[in-house]
Amino acid sequence: MSFVTVTDLFLDYDRRPILERVNLTAREGEFVAIVGASGCGKSSFLRLLLDQERPSRGTILVDGQPLTGEPNRQRGIVFQRYSVFPHMTVRDNIVAAEALGANPLGILGRSARRDARARAEATLERIGLAHVAGSYPSALSGGMQQRLAIAQALAAKPRILLLDEPFGALDPGTRLRMHDFLSDIRTETGMTIFMVTHDLPEAFKLGDRVIVFDKTRWDPQAPEAYGATITYDFDARHGGIPYQTPKEDPHVPVPA
Amino acid sequence: MRLINRRPGPPAVAALAALPFVAVALIYASASAARRAENPQDRLLPAPAQILDTAGRLLFEPDRRTGDILFWIDTAVSLQRLGLGVGIAALTGLVIGLAIGLLPLARAGLASFVEVLSLIPPLAVLPILFLLLGLGETAKVALIAIGITPFLIRDMAGRTAEIPPEQIVKAQTLGASSLAIALRVALPQVMPRLIQSVRLALGPAWLFLIAAEAIASEAGLGYRIFLVRRFLAMDVILVYVAWITLLAFLIDRLLRYASRRFFPWAETA
Ligand SMILES: Nc1ncnc2c1ncn2[C@@H]1O[C@H](COP(=O)(O)OP(=O)(O)O)[C@@H](O)[C@H]1O
Ligand SMILES: [Mg+2]
Repeated sequence: MSFVTVTDLFLDYDRRPILERVNLTAREGEFVAIVGASGCGKSSFLRLLLDQERPSRGTILVDGQPLTGEPNRQRGIVFQRYSVFPHMTVRDNIVAAEALGANPLGILGRSARRDARARAEATLERIGLAHVAGSYPSALSGGMQQRLAIAQALAAKPRILLLDEPFGALDPGTRLRMHDFLSDIRTETGMTIFMVTHDLPEAFKLGDRVIVFDKTRWDPQAPEAYGATITYDFDARHGGIPYQTPKEDPHVPVPA
Repeated sequence: MRLINRRPGPPAVAALAALPFVAVALIYASASAARRAENPQDRLLPAPAQILDTAGRLLFEPDRRTGDILFWIDTAVSLQRLGLGVGIAALTGLVIGLAIGLLPLARAGLASFVEVLSLIPPLAVLPILFLLLGLGETAKVALIAIGITPFLIRDMAGRTAEIPPEQIVKAQTLGASSLAIALRVALPQVMPRLIQSVRLALGPAWLFLIAAEAIASEAGLGYRIFLVRRFLAMDVILVYVAWITLLAFLIDRLLRYASRRFFPWAETA
């Protein structure tokens, strides 16, 4: 059953085609990793999924419904940078996920704030940021900031999580720990995830599918004449190793 | 060693900072002494001792007729005008600046209008203000407010528009309304900049205050300076100028302190 359905999507910026004929369906709970050359339109595709921008042609359905014309709590996002609020403490960044949408003012009443604080403390405990709850994000390392950004996005309980090169600015060790963090979260929440990454091994390690954006038509005289589309859609479960699900028990030991 | 790499140590820093002040004081004292040697009645460059004497009289001796100390009345009146004018300008600048920075509709409607407004020389408008609002407090406060509001609006709008769009998008994915984004995301982030802009705008604000007081007033620091000018009371003028300078300095330091105290996250960024 398709949860996200992208049909015949086109995107132009000032008549310059960026994406063309993009078709994609994803099941609920699926982890779709997106790779492609720099500037080919991966972030633009996420912006369309987020409904931050509208396609030139084509439709996006989530759970059978068209998008509403602006971002909302259904779809959370983490960018490579600037995803958390620099003027709020780490704790308040988590509380903000509840407070901002609670009412038109975005301000919680006293008792609601106390409850939200307690939940935020529990969240920070779980993601290992409890010791910096009172600090401002600028005092945190890049990995901690991204952990905070992901936890903040999740605290709003979105149905879809969009990640735009979330680990692109992190060192390799931190990146590995973030992979474990993201995998745990995914197991916990069963959330549908779209993640753009530059890192192919990362895409195959984390994704159920890896889709590749690229241009299928190329005019050397006018490199910008055509947009990119999905050129490959790999099954990346089991680390991308071709895998057959046996229909009957073959009575041979399967490596764990 | 290159000149650009020579750094003074702490004692040298203090000495170098004091140097221009001491130099000006010495130059004044010798120029004043020279003039008085020629003409003991000279009033243009009064002796430092006489200035101090005048300062003591101005600050502490009540007026014979009214019993009030004019110096403090002038100070209170001027600070009230300045505070009201700057306060109104800051509030207007903040609200309209946020609107222009956040709302494409407000930007389309107001941005070029404010740009044109900011080109009007405020002092040229002063006669209009006096004609429309009378010679009372309103016109003076209005001149200060009108004089610095366009600058504050443009600065706030610019700073608001500089907030990374990622943050605005993020707030929307957390369910924030436009008002919530203005209040909880944009407002706190432009407040340190507002304080900084007000610090910059205080120079022009004093200028407008003194100009308005010089032209039509019954009290105020600027009024007093221009009044005693007729009697060549240079000692009084110098005391008032020094006092205005000190006030400006203190207000600036107070604002800087407030910014650090209330927006600590803005300092590390
Ligand atoms: N708001 C915009 N206006 C015009 N062109 C844009 C805009 N955003 C992105 N682009 C262009 O669209 C292309 C795709 O950008 P992007 O989606 O950010 O690529 P990627 O994330 O794959 O590196 C780039 O050539 C970029 O210059
Ligand atoms: Mg990108």
